[in-house]
Amino acid sequence: MPRGTIVIDAERCKGCGLCIAACPQRVLAFSGSLNASGYDVARMENPEACVGCAFCALTCPDVAITVYREKKNA
Amino acid sequence: MPVDVARMTKVFERPKSLTEARYTYCPGCHHGVITRIIGQTIDELGIAERTVGIAPVGCSVFAYLWYRCDAVQVAHGRASAVATGIKRARPDLVVFSYQGDGDFASIGTAESLHAANRGENITVIFVNNQIYGMTGGEMAPTTLVHQKTTTTPDGRDPATCGYPIRFSEIIATLDAPVYVTRQALYDTRRIQDCTKAVKKAFQNQVDGKGYSLVEILSTCPTNWRMSPTQANEHVANVVTQVFPLGDLVDRG
Repeated sequence: MPRGTIVIDAERCKGCGLCIAACPQRVLAFSGSLNASGYDVARMENPEACVGCAFCALTCPDVAITVYREKKNA
Repeated sequence: MPVDVARMTKVFERPKSLTEARYTYCPGCHHGVITRIIGQTIDELGIAERTVGIAPVGCSVFAYLWYRCDAVQVAHGRASAVATGIKRARPDLVVFSYQGDGDFASIGTAESLHAANRGENITVIFVNNQIYGMTGGEMAPTTLVHQKTTTTPDGRDPATCGYPIRFSEIIATLDAPVYVTRQALYDTRRIQDCTKAVKKAFQNQVDGKGYSLVEILSTCPTNWRMSPTQANEHVANVVTQVFPLGDLVDRG
């Protein structure tokens, strides 16, 4: 399995939870910490399980997620 | 162990055709996904310098703020008419209208239908969330039978309010449109299908083929009184029973 990771722009996140529901690897969860707008932002709870599939980013209505995947033979 | 993103390949980022402005949409609203798909399509086709967006009235009234391309915000329902004017004056431009169900299928019925019937070489993105979102959740022409809204507190009664209108099916009866399709965004597979449909609708215009319409079943968690995940399930299980997904016309 390729290894991936994501970066969430916490100030864009509105805490809708759609990325958490979309993640097939159950990587994401609510962080319990609020951003400046008062939303409970998502974060990687289980980062080592991320494969970089980008389902979270495709689902995110606020385009707050950037996805990275390990280079082959890196 | 912390992950070093500098040693990794970036596989997804914000489309370059989107500005840095934050959306004014509610949490979980599909308008944001649709905006991102359009931005990605503009990037992929390399048409940002010659694209003009038409923003409607409704929750997406500020659509002109999200794109790094020209845009105009027009009178309620008249986006297809303004798109016609811009496209006829400047056929070299790529013109798309972005309209909700109240805008496209109610107040704009005449303009929407006749632009389609003339086969204008434009791309129409029709966002159907079965409600008037911005003004407080009133009944729209697309509201489902028995659906509760602020103007149908006991649910939409067909005896007095009629039935949900399938506007894309009406347009599909016309001879001129080259592409009419209905898509949804309730899971990643539908999001990918919808992305392909939007790209095709823009490509048709670039290729001079004519009128393309992409209806997208969207959610309104706020006015539906649902969580964003419940709203997605509602589209998958209930809304698609009334508004079936798939291509209605494909003469591309």
